[in-house]
Amino acid sequence: MKLRRRQRERLSLGLQYLVFIAIIAAVLFAADWDRLADAFFRVDIIKSMFPTIITVALRNTILYTLGAFAFGLVFGTILALMRLSRVAPYRWVATAYIELFRGLPALLVLFLVGYGIPIAFPERELPGGVFGSIAIGLGLTAAAYMAETIRAGIQAVPKGQMEAARTLGMSHFTAMRTIVIPQAFRIVIPPLTNELILLTKDSSLAYVLGVTAQTIEITKFGRDMLNDRVNATPLLVAGLAYLVITLPLSQVVRRLELRYAKAR
Amino acid sequence: MTTAPSRPAVEIRDLHKSFGPLEVLKGIDFEVGQGEVVCVIGPSGSGKSTLLRCVDLLEQPTAGKIWVNGVEMTDPDVEIDEVRRGIGMVFQSFNLFPHLTVLNNLTIAQRRVLRRGRAEAERIARANLERVGLIDKADAFPAQLSGGQQQRAAIARSLSMEPKLMLFDEPTSALDPELVGDVLTVMRKLAEDGMTMMVVTHEMAFARDVADRVVFMDGGVVVEQGPPQEVLGAPRHERTRAFLSRVLDPTHVAQLGQPDQASEPPAAPSLPADDRHHL
Repeated sequence: MKLRRRQRERLSLGLQYLVFIAIIAAVLFAADWDRLADAFFRVDIIKSMFPTIITVALRNTILYTLGAFAFGLVFGTILALMRLSRVAPYRWVATAYIELFRGLPALLVLFLVGYGIPIAFPERELPGGVFGSIAIGLGLTAAAYMAETIRAGIQAVPKGQMEAARTLGMSHFTAMRTIVIPQAFRIVIPPLTNELILLTKDSSLAYVLGVTAQTIEITKFGRDMLNDRVNATPLLVAGLAYLVITLPLSQVVRRLELRYAKAR
Repeated sequence: MTTAPSRPAVEIRDLHKSFGPLEVLKGIDFEVGQGEVVCVIGPSGSGKSTLLRCVDLLEQPTAGKIWVNGVEMTDPDVEIDEVRRGIGMVFQSFNLFPHLTVLNNLTIAQRRVLRRGRAEAERIARANLERVGLIDKADAFPAQLSGGQQQRAAIARSLSMEPKLMLFDEPTSALDPELVGDVLTVMRKLAEDGMTMMVVTHEMAFARDVADRVVFMDGGVVVEQGPPQEVLGAPRHERTRAFLSRVLDPTHVAQLGQPDQASEPPAAPSLPADDRHHL
């Protein structure tokens, strides 16, 4: 019997749903849920992690991330402008910096900042203590990535925008600041969001600087609890704590993009 | 920065412009008198847009001199931002600032460059939006406007700086045909109000009705210029005639396959005698 087009489409769609449901069911039935719950979902351990995981660990993760992002954004913008500069040495320095710091693991940079600077300048301290070291240590790497993103954003603003601003009598600097850079940042919101989310997770590297009970962040907190209780439940909770940051962040950015959509 | 009202709005002497090995302007001598409306026509690649952009120094001339309202633009020490305040430029692609509302498009340079207060800048901006028929679009963003509305907003943006000279670089070439009329009407009103205008255009009807003088360029030189009825109605040069017949009668295919213009400009790019009317 030959099926008509709509029948064939319905059959194909039904089969696809069936495969999907079968896979889910197989996983659900095959897994040993009791053992899994015992290793990853002990309610008593979850309870014991509160409220410290929120009031200290989550808070510190957010602070380190924002600190590193702010440092990276400012420094990255400066690097981007240097790469576009008419002064050749600025371009060389910025290019060299970006190539170097993009190539080094963030862990290594953080380590060098955290231990190298106190050795080099024994009399001075980085502002903000551990927070300052982490913000700068992670920010140095983030700046290298952001510089390239921002440079691409600036170059994506049509040349006519600068020309129109200049013909109205604006200086190059004023045109850059009021016309080109605001548009460039709207263009680079999605990649900068990526960078912010990556930084959220990179903030877990703070442990190399030897964090204390007051400066602990989510991952270190989860690992300490894991060792303490000999149970993997803290890792699951730590993972969820990161999602508490990143999922709303994605929503906020989506709103921001919608708001800017009509002004593009 | 003094301006001598007795001098022409634009004076160009022996202007040359090359892009790499390509010589686009091959010695232009040209003037726009105060209050005069000059339309520059010619085939694409003739150098007319480059000429216009040189006047505002968006292109750096290779050789030659340009004065605008008595100030030498080609002086390496010219205070370019100051001179440009007196020159309005309208682009083919509008170039409104998409991140600002129409009103802020009109106020940002007034505030940042002329240091006008917000209230004064907005008053002037609204007056100019009124002038181009867009007062109800003050709070819209450029992307919410039609092409014709965007171009009128761009004209109003330039006018808000109260320029003495307006340059138009093919202002209607990017517009749908039914939107061209509104922009040309605004430009015609501007001309009637006495604005000095230099217009690069393909709108022959506009050139015929509004221009005081039409300049025909081809191959990087001014081939002929004069009152519109002479240049458009009774062109003296074969190249002008060929161009006009292509523009005014585009479906006429009799010349297809023939070389339709001389490969080299005539020996001397001298001006025809009939440009006396503006001297």
